[in-house]
Amino acid sequence: MASNRIRKSALPGFRFSIGFTILYLSLIVLIPLAGLVVKTAGLTFPQFWETVTSQRVLASYRVSLLTALFAALVNVVFGLVVAWVLVRYRFPGKKIIDGLVDIPFALPTAVAGIALTSIYAPNGWIGRLLDPLGIKVSYTPLGITVALIFIGVPFVVRTVQPVLQELEAEMEESAALLGAYRWRTFRKVLLPELVPPLITGFALAFARGIGEYGSVVFISGNMPLKTEITPLLIITKLEQYEYSQATAIALVLLIISFALLLLINTLQRWTNRRLRSA
Amino acid sequence: MAGAVTTVASLSSEARPKHLTEARPVRYLLIAIALLFIGVVIVLPMITVLSEAFRKGWSAYMDAIRDPDALAALRLTLLTAAIAVPLNTIFGVAAAWGITKFKFRGKNLLITFIDLPFSVSPVISGLVYILLFGAQGFFGPWLIGHDVKIVFAIPGIVLATMFVTFPFVARELLPLMEAQGVQDEEAAVSLGAKGWRTFWKVTLPNIKWGLLYGIILCNARAMGEFGAVSVVSGHIRGETNTLPLHIEILYNEYQYTASFAVASLLMLLAIITLVIKGLIEGKLASSKRGH
Amino acid sequence: MKRFKSFRLLIVAALAMGVLSACGSNNNSGNNAAPSDGASSSGQSASASASASEPAKKPESVELLNVSYDPTRELYEAFNKSFADYWKQTTGQTVKINQSHGGSGAQSRKVLDGLEADVVTLALAYDIDALADKGLLKADWQQSFDSNSSPYTSTIVFLVRKGNPKGIKDWDDLIKKDVQVITPNPKTSGGARWNYLAAWGYASKQFGGDEAKIKDFMKQLFNNVPVLDSGARGATTTFVERKIGDVLLAWENEAYLAKKEYGDEFEIVTPSLSILAEPPVAVVDKVVDKRGTREVAEAYLKYLYTPEGQEIAAQNFYRPRLQEVADKYKDQFPQLNLLTIDKDFGGWKEAQKKHFEDGGTFDQIYTKGS
Repeated sequence: MASNRIRKSALPGFRFSIGFTILYLSLIVLIPLAGLVVKTAGLTFPQFWETVTSQRVLASYRVSLLTALFAALVNVVFGLVVAWVLVRYRFPGKKIIDGLVDIPFALPTAVAGIALTSIYAPNGWIGRLLDPLGIKVSYTPLGITVALIFIGVPFVVRTVQPVLQELEAEMEESAALLGAYRWRTFRKVLLPELVPPLITGFALAFARGIGEYGSVVFISGNMPLKTEITPLLIITKLEQYEYSQATAIALVLLIISFALLLLINTLQRWTNRRLRSA
Repeated sequence: MAGAVTTVASLSSEARPKHLTEARPVRYLLIAIALLFIGVVIVLPMITVLSEAFRKGWSAYMDAIRDPDALAALRLTLLTAAIAVPLNTIFGVAAAWGITKFKFRGKNLLITFIDLPFSVSPVISGLVYILLFGAQGFFGPWLIGHDVKIVFAIPGIVLATMFVTFPFVARELLPLMEAQGVQDEEAAVSLGAKGWRTFWKVTLPNIKWGLLYGIILCNARAMGEFGAVSVVSGHIRGETNTLPLHIEILYNEYQYTASFAVASLLMLLAIITLVIKGLIEGKLASSKRGH
Repeated sequence: MKRFKSFRLLIVAALAMGVLSACGSNNNSGNNAAPSDGASSSGQSASASASASEPAKKPESVELLNVSYDPTRELYEAFNKSFADYWKQTTGQTVKINQSHGGSGAQSRKVLDGLEADVVTLALAYDIDALADKGLLKADWQQSFDSNSSPYTSTIVFLVRKGNPKGIKDWDDLIKKDVQVITPNPKTSGGARWNYLAAWGYASKQFGGDEAKIKDFMKQLFNNVPVLDSGARGATTTFVERKIGDVLLAWENEAYLAKKEYGDEFEIVTPSLSILAEPPVAVVDKVVDKRGTREVAEAYLKYLYTPEGQEIAAQNFYRPRLQEVADKYKDQFPQLNLLTIDKDFGGWKEAQKKHFEDGGTFDQIYTKGS
């Protein structure tokens, strides 16, 4: 491992900056999250296991994971197109489009949920068009996916964009000089470079989608076993004053997200290192 | 997630030679797909919000916005952002400096922890503070004994907001500072510059646009957060209601128009943010040309 | 170079602002701690600290926090005004009443976790029992005020679309194949629990208490539910705004309010049998003793029982307890047979356990193999 040979840096401030980072991280993120673990520890293991594997909870993992997965995949495809167009082409209104990408960060999730529900409900602007075709969006898993696509757009676009910008034109140039077609250049030269940021964007959008609540409850219909998402079950448990059970489910969600992010970050650094040494 | 470099590329796209871009139909098709996607996914909900907001006309819109409770919510939202954003900015810069300028074990783990609030369900981010500071929480009895209020008061709202917006600045700076390496700073130090001076004179000018963009995103999210804040707020009108919570209250009172009017206010704040970002990029472009 | 400088200034200014406002918030919490002996401890206003200096005399103003559930917004908005006038006239003291609304269970949990409510006015006794269990108020709180501490009652009725196109008259019309029923999720909504129990009670009468048949009825009923919103208002919105479903099971007051807001698009159908919903009120002992607001808090709840209070309740479509007011509004509230939670379901604790806990009858509707 490269980190074994710790190089003495000439720069000052290591202790200060890392010390402060860890302190602040602990205060705001780690200690509160540790509270979750401690509270869950109030359950015995069989109780914990029964809580997190009951039929409704299992069904909700499936709904949450599948819709988040599907939404993240859609975002990877279209996010790449949007990032590509924003970086490479010139067209009127480009700056506006670029700015709009951040809207899902800024709009309160509840507002997004209400707006999306009214668009896709059978009497809404889009729902009205889809309803005669027999396609129902609001109050189905499809509706959850739509909400999660909205939430996830900026994650993919904003991770791919900078990488696309930094790609050297020379690389493509030499590929073109060698007579490669455009599509081939894209596949053989550009795509490998774009895979790491796409994976990061995918993971962030996916992880965010698993946990999303505010925008989803409005559009999902909350039917047990069908459109009930895991965060809603956490709320349901709280509503029954079952704090430990609520934190148990929350903990499972947290572990899924954490494992996912750790995997991605490790992958990311590994590819970075490989690219740099190449 | 650095968007600050956008303009560099938009310059290069002008200069991009013909054989390095796609055939015109492909280009148009891709642009069309992108526009359609953004249009359906993002613009349509925005239009819905606006059209609902103005359904009863301009005066109803202004009434909703000038309502004292709405103004109180606006003040609280701005106050929350004014505390959370600077603190997260200081953290973001320190973390990015430590992580990108030095090598050490456990870096991945540290970065992952920093990313974590991105993916924690908002419900959980509020709940954890209740578990810590609520009356039945770990510190609850002590807090009650000393009559310090954290949850269901402003400090709880600020904490939850800080949690949710925690990674934005750091995440923005990490790839940027990673790419820039340490040569500039090392040169400055070898010329005898002190640590802080190196940071102010060498690092900050290099990262300033990325930093500002991170601050802007952090701010936008801080003002819009709903789920986490909803859990730690007492939902008391005029006291512990932020704008997103006020929107929900109005919506629950059948005041749909008013609720969307206030929502459009938040959207406006977001758009102002975007305009500022646009101005920043314009500046960056002109400073590049000046080289 | 100059640009960098101005940028640096900007950053410094931003950080300074942050530090200042952080200090400001510390001061705030300091202020919060100071006037705890005074009546108004939310401590935001200057008047609070001024009034705290003379503890012997009645402070000039006092603040109350009423933590309530969703559909009472309009009721308490009107009632608070009336009570503030009344209190000013009788004692000379200005009272400011803060309102907090939300799902009944969520609101109760907030009080449990430290939201300092002087009074709670929730959807069901179960949610106040949860507070009593933790010692926030005494176990027999429901005896503190008349009529089970429920100054007004309500019931569950049907809201249907204009002309009642599906001809819905009673509960057994709800299980017809082509009828879509809108009700919120009983797991997250107090109102939905009343809906559920009313339907259960009807089926129980119909099938002479044969549990298997009742469960089958409930299963058919919930098969007709396309959306389970998390709260009562959400369900109303789904029915009214999104135009989904043929019938909305709702609080009587909620149904009237929706009709008032949306005019002639809807009709109210009163079933042959429903349930007597008694939304209870209580003073939170622990909070009023700490804040010294017991007197005004008790007066506040007692005022709900006065002719003025009852009149306001009736105007907001809650059934008044006081006979003279009830007589006046008797056209508004049709007579029907009402089950009660205590007689027909053995009280809330038992009903909660049997129907709404994990694995209860509601869960059995959705889980396979039951």
